[in-house]
Amino acid sequence: MVKQVALNEEYTVSIFTENAIGLLARITNQFTKRHINIEALNVSQSEVEGVHRFTIVVNTTERQVQLITKQIEKQVEVYRCFYHHAEETIHQEIALYKLPISALKSGIELESMIRREGARILSMEENFFVIEKTGHRSETSQLFEKLKAYNVAEFVRSGRVAITKPMDELKEHIQEVKAKAAV
Amino acid sequence: MSEMQNTTETITTISGADAFVKSLLAEGVDTIFGYPGGANMPIYDALYHYEAEGTIKHVMGRHEQGAIHAAQGYARASGKVGVLLATSGPGATNIITGVADAMMDSTPLVCITGQVAYNLIGTDAFQETDITGISMPVTKWNYQITEADDIAEVLAKAFFIARSGRPGPVLIDITKNAQFQEVEFSYKPCQMINSYIPKPKLDQDKVAQAVEMIKAAEKPFVIWGQGVILSGAEKELESFLDQSNIPSASTLLGLSAIPSDHPTYVGMVGMHGNYAPNMLTNSCDLLIAIGMRFDDRVTGNTQTYAKQAKVLHIELDAAEIDKNIATDLAVHADAKEALQALIPAMEKNAYTDWYQEFNELLKEEKAEVIQPECQPEGDGLTMAQVVDQIAETFDRNAIIVSDVGQHQMKAARYSAFKQSRSHITSGGLGTMGFCLPAAIGAKIACPEREVVAIIGDGGYQMTVQELGILLEHPVAVKIVVLNNEFLGMVRQWQELFFDNRYSSTPLKNPNFVKLAEAYGVRASSINQQDQLQDALTDLRDSQEATFLECMVVKQENVFPMIPSGATVTDIRLK
Ligand SMILES: Cc1ncc(C[n+]2csc(CCOP(=O)(O)OP(=O)(O)O)c2C)c(N)n1
Ligand SMILES: [Mg+2]
Repeated sequence: MVKQVALNEEYTVSIFTENAIGLLARITNQFTKRHINIEALNVSQSEVEGVHRFTIVVNTTERQVQLITKQIEKQVEVYRCFYHHAEETIHQEIALYKLPISALKSGIELESMIRREGARILSMEENFFVIEKTGHRSETSQLFEKLKAYNVAEFVRSGRVAITKPMDELKEHIQEVKAKAAV
Repeated sequence: MSEMQNTTETITTISGADAFVKSLLAEGVDTIFGYPGGANMPIYDALYHYEAEGTIKHVMGRHEQGAIHAAQGYARASGKVGVLLATSGPGATNIITGVADAMMDSTPLVCITGQVAYNLIGTDAFQETDITGISMPVTKWNYQITEADDIAEVLAKAFFIARSGRPGPVLIDITKNAQFQEVEFSYKPCQMINSYIPKPKLDQDKVAQAVEMIKAAEKPFVIWGQGVILSGAEKELESFLDQSNIPSASTLLGLSAIPSDHPTYVGMVGMHGNYAPNMLTNSCDLLIAIGMRFDDRVTGNTQTYAKQAKVLHIELDAAEIDKNIATDLAVHADAKEALQALIPAMEKNAYTDWYQEFNELLKEEKAEVIQPECQPEGDGLTMAQVVDQIAETFDRNAIIVSDVGQHQMKAARYSAFKQSRSHITSGGLGTMGFCLPAAIGAKIACPEREVVAIIGDGGYQMTVQELGILLEHPVAVKIVVLNNEFLGMVRQWQELFFDNRYSSTPLKNPNFVKLAEAYGVRASSINQQDQLQDALTDLRDSQEATFLECMVVKQENVFPMIPSGATVTDIRLK
C-alpha cells in the first residue's frame, strides 16, 4: 500500500515529567501507535529538582508532532512537552567505536584521522581500543563509514541530548503549571 | 489526630486490605462492583464485615466485563466515580473492554485489580498478568501498589484523577502482600497534583472574542456534547440558548443535557442523526461546539465539514482542540465557566429565516422517515415505534440505556428527555453487551428513577448472564429486547455496501422469555402492534425487574444515514 508521504521532517521532542514508573511506555506509545519510529531517545534529570527530561527524536509531519505533543502533555505526570526543529536546538550525540589493536599498525594515518575528526581514543586495552566521538548524527555516522576499513568490532551511539535555543525557562513553566494546578 | 498526645500509646495498625476499604469509605463510596479471586481475597475478606454492617454494598457481576459495565452505568447515571474490583490475571483482563469504553466516553472509574505477591512478579506466577502494562493505553492513569503504606495516598490520587478535569478510568493494581501487610491508617483526600491541571483558567479575552463572533453571526449553530453533562453545565447551556436563541443540536453522548422540547433544539447530529442539523452544519456561518470532540461519526469527511463556517470550540481538553477540525477561536475552558461568562453578553435574536431552514428539512425527515417508522402500515412492529411508545408511556422521563446497533440509533432518535443523565450508551467504543449491566448499574445508582434498557438480540447475548445480578439485587430495571433476528446494523451495511451478502449476520436465538424466567425475571414477548401499548403499560407499572421481547420487522434500516466518510450533506433519507 502506498502510504501518504507528507513532508516528514526531523523534530526534537522535549518532555518534562515527574519521575514515574511506566511513564516512558505511556510516552513512547503515543509515537508507536501512530507508526512513528523513534530515532533516538534519552532520559535524564533536568535543572529542576525532581523533574525528569525526555528527549525524543522523530521524523514525522508537523501536524502529527503537534497532536502528539498535546496528547503527551495531557498525561497526568507530564509537566510540559515541546517540539522543536533541529535548527532550534543545540544537540549532540555520543558514539563509541571499538577497533582491534591491529588497526593501529597501519601507522599514523588512523591516529591523525581520529584527531582531524575531533574524536579521541577513550581507552586502550590489550586486544582492542575504543574511540569516542561527540557530535551530530551525520558526523558520528561519517566517522563510522571511515572506520569501516579498519574493521569496527562494535559501534554504539547514544540518544540525543538537546538544549533549545528559545529561552523558555523550564522553572517558570513548571511554576506556572503548579500555580494552575493549585487553583 | 492525636499524634501529640501520648507517645507511649501503642500504635494501632490495620491490614492493607482494611485500609483499602476504609479509603473507599473516606471517599464516600457506598457501592462497589466486582468479582473475587485469589489475588483480591484479603480485600473481599475485609469487605465481609462492612457489607454485613451495611456500610458498603458489593454488587457481584457474573463476568468481570458485566461488573465493570455496571460500574459504568452507575457512574454515568449518578455522576459519581464508579468503583470496580477484580482479581489478577483473567479477572483483570476481563475488565479491559470496560476500561477502554470508559476512556473513550470519559467515565470516571476507579478499577482495582489484585495482583500476585510482589516477590512473584516477573516469574510468570499463577494468574500473573502485567495489567498496568496492558491497561496503560486505555487508562487516564494507572499505578501498581506493592506496599500497604501507599494504599491511602494512591487511592486518594486515583479518585482525584478519575473525577477531575476530563474524567476517565484509573486502574490501581494492588499486590497481595500489600493487602496483608499491617499499616497505620490515615486518609487525606488529594486536592492537587503538581504536574496536572484539571481545569484551565478561563481567558477573558477569548470570551470577549467569542461574544463578538456570536454577535457578528447571522446563522450561528450550536453543537453540544457530553462535556456539558460532565461539567454540570446543563443549566448554563439552557440559559445560554434561552438568551441567544441560537439553534442547537446534540451529539449522541450529549443527549438529555437539556430537555428535548427546548425551543432551540433541532435534533441530533451524526451518522444517524437528524436531517436538518447534519445538512445545515454546512450552511451555518458560525459553528459553536461546546464540550464535544468532532468524532468521525459526527463529522463524516472532515475535508468538507463546515468549511463555510467560522468554528468556535469551547473545550476543556487541549488535546481535542484543532485535533479533527481546525478552529477559528478556541476557548480552552470548562464548559460551565465558559458559558457562565458568555450568558450575560447574549442578545436574543429571532433567526426567523434560519429556523425556517431547519423546519423545512425537519418536515422532509418527518414525511420520509419519522412518520412511516413510528406509524407503520401493517401489523408488524418497528423499532422506532417501540422506542417512541416507550418514551410516551414513561412520560419521557426514564433513563434510557441502549446497546450498540440499529436499536441504539433508534433509541437515540426517538427517545425524549426531561432531565440530564437520562441517556446512557456506549458511544466512542461501541461496545455490544454494554447495555444490560449498565442499566442494572444505573438503576442501582438511581432507584427512584425508571430505567429502561433497549437492547438488540445480538448484544443482549454478550452479557445476558448479568441477569444473575438481579437475583442478589432485585432492582426493578425494565429490559426491552428489540429482536430482529439479525446483527441488524452489520446486516444494514451488508445490504447497502456488500450487495446483500448476509455473511454471519442472521441469528438463531434462544427462547428469551424462558431465559429471563430462569433468572426469576418476569418476561413476555410480543410481535403485533396492537399488543404494544398494553405490554408497555405493564412494563411501566411492574414493581420488579421485567423483560419484554419485541419481535420487530427483520430487515429495517436506520435512516437518515451519512455513509462512512461522506460529507454531512450527503446524508441519505433512504
Ligand atoms: C463487542 C462488539 N462486537 C462487534 C461489534 C460490531 N457490531 C456493531 S452493531 C452489531 C450488530 C448488533 O446486533 P444486535 O445487537 O442484534 O442489534 P441490532 O443492530 O440488530 O439492533 C455488531 C455485530 C460491536 N459493536 N461490538
Ligand atoms: Mg438484532
